[in-house]
Amino acid sequence: MSFLRAENLTKTYGRGEAAASALAGVSFTIAQGEFVAIMGPSGSGKSTLLSVLGALNTPDQGGYFVDDLDIYALSQDQRADFRREYLGFVFQSFNLVPYLSLAENVMLPLAIKKMSRAQRWELAGEALARVGLAGKERRLPSQVSGGEQERAAVARALVNQPPILLADEPTGNLDQATSRQIMDLLIRLGSEGMTIIMVTHSPECAAYAGRLLSMRDGSLAGSDPQAAAALAACAAAAAGSA
Amino acid sequence: MTLKDIALLNLRRRKAKAAFVLAGLMIGVATMVALMSLAQTLTEEINHKLEKYGANILITPRSDQLQLNYGGLSLGGFSFETTEIKQADLGAIKDIKNAANVAAVGPMVLGKVTVKERAVLLAGVDWDSAQVLKPWWKIAGQRPGPQEIVPGAEAARLLGLGPGDRVSLAGRELTVSGVLAPTGSQDDQLLFASLAAAQELLHKPGLVSMVEVAALCKDCPVEDMVAQISKALPGAKVMAIQSVVKGRMQTLAHFRSFSLGVSLLVALLGGLVVLVTMMGSVKERTGEIGIFRAIGFRQGQVMRVVLTESFMLSLAAGLLGYLLGLLAGELALPLFSEGHGGHIIWDPALAGAAVLLAVAAGVVASLYPAWLASRLDPHEALRAL
Repeated sequence: MSFLRAENLTKTYGRGEAAASALAGVSFTIAQGEFVAIMGPSGSGKSTLLSVLGALNTPDQGGYFVDDLDIYALSQDQRADFRREYLGFVFQSFNLVPYLSLAENVMLPLAIKKMSRAQRWELAGEALARVGLAGKERRLPSQVSGGEQERAAVARALVNQPPILLADEPTGNLDQATSRQIMDLLIRLGSEGMTIIMVTHSPECAAYAGRLLSMRDGSLAGSDPQAAAALAACAAAAAGSA
Repeated sequence: MTLKDIALLNLRRRKAKAAFVLAGLMIGVATMVALMSLAQTLTEEINHKLEKYGANILITPRSDQLQLNYGGLSLGGFSFETTEIKQADLGAIKDIKNAANVAAVGPMVLGKVTVKERAVLLAGVDWDSAQVLKPWWKIAGQRPGPQEIVPGAEAARLLGLGPGDRVSLAGRELTVSGVLAPTGSQDDQLLFASLAAAQELLHKPGLVSMVEVAALCKDCPVEDMVAQISKALPGAKVMAIQSVVKGRMQTLAHFRSFSLGVSLLVALLGGLVVLVTMMGSVKERTGEIGIFRAIGFRQGQVMRVVLTESFMLSLAAGLLGYLLGLLAGELALPLFSEGHGGHIIWDPALAGAAVLLAVAAGVVASLYPAWLASRLDPHEALRAL
């Protein structure tokens, strides 16, 4: 049964001759607890698709439903509530607020929830411990490594316990060893029932996903032989390294 | 971590920008407080001086006969032969609505006498009230007792009188107890005695020719006091020495208007400083606002973060600006005040107004930047990162 459903999503940037189609009628469904990777070359529309799935970017046409809720029929504030309750974001460049400590960054989604200060600290501490950052709560992002920043970003995405995690190139700025740690973390979250949708350039990372959505020129190219071959190679490599 | 914490932490992080906004608003508030408190203090000082200055209301008998000028002021017409004011009636002044604002009531009896074959005006005054009504009077010698007189400086010179001299007046032998120092007014031409003694010498027992009243009420016009006294003394003519009161009050009113105008202008400039700085701050924080929106902040919550920042800054600017303004006013007071050792008056209403103005200017000037921040497209904002 589909948990998340995209129907004929269309998005065009610019007008006239300068118009560029980012999404050209994309449709798919994702079941709850599925780990889906979206791959494709630069400009294929995968980041636009992720932002549409994140209720951040209104499509020109088509529908996007989560739990049968028509997301783009909601008001701006209702969409903000949807993001807060349903989604966790992990960005390529970590996107931590530089003047907040790791714990304070993790607490950001809780800042708009009615709970005590102690409860917020407790939840943030738990989320940081879950990603292996216990004891580093009071450090600023600039005082930890890139991998730790990314893990803090994952902790921030998890602290609300959302059912969906959207990750945009989560290992794009990390070395191979740290990338593997992050991917292991995502696998673990997936095994706990979280729906994960990850945009990546990396076949190694895509190999961790249960399903690959391959994009080209704004459309899904699921039967793309190149992508299928890459996935197969990566799956073999991943199995070998394990 | 709450929205307030986010605002506070951002201010701590952007210390230079926060200090710029704080300084802009603080200078505005300080200027306003300094000018307004100066105006207020000078008003109080002048009010106090006006009370010291002496009479500002004259009461004369109703008459349309002889004209008498006193001290360059027209006292209206009255005849020495007409019925004068009964001294006993003056008690009614104590019962008027604004009786508490009457500082002194000085009855005076006037009459012509002959001394050393010269005609001279004898004035009987109540010396206790004269201290309030004519504080500039200085006597070389003593105040006159029942059998004594004090000549004005010019009268003393023309009549050749000095302290201790004896003079024959209306068949009585009187002693000169002192001489009034020159005043530059008609007082220099008169002979002064106590009220009771003059009434006896002039054969006007229980009667007074005119009454000087020192009345000042900063919260009520002197015309109100005149009306109240007129009602209490229907047989008398009551006039305000308006040139004295109105002239000074008008000067103060102009100074207050000027202060208010400058204050509003400076507050406007402070608001512009906030507006420009907050606009820059919002632009600088586009990516951060994108993160807030992506993790579920509503538009109103983004606005609250920006407005909370400006509220905190404005509140601090209001409080510090008030203190700075008081200090500036205190330092500037000697330049404007004729008095010595005066201090700026602490006025809770001005303190409240200063803080409210700062907060209002800061928050209103931040409304547009906050609105812009809340309307940022989260997708575009995140792309800015």
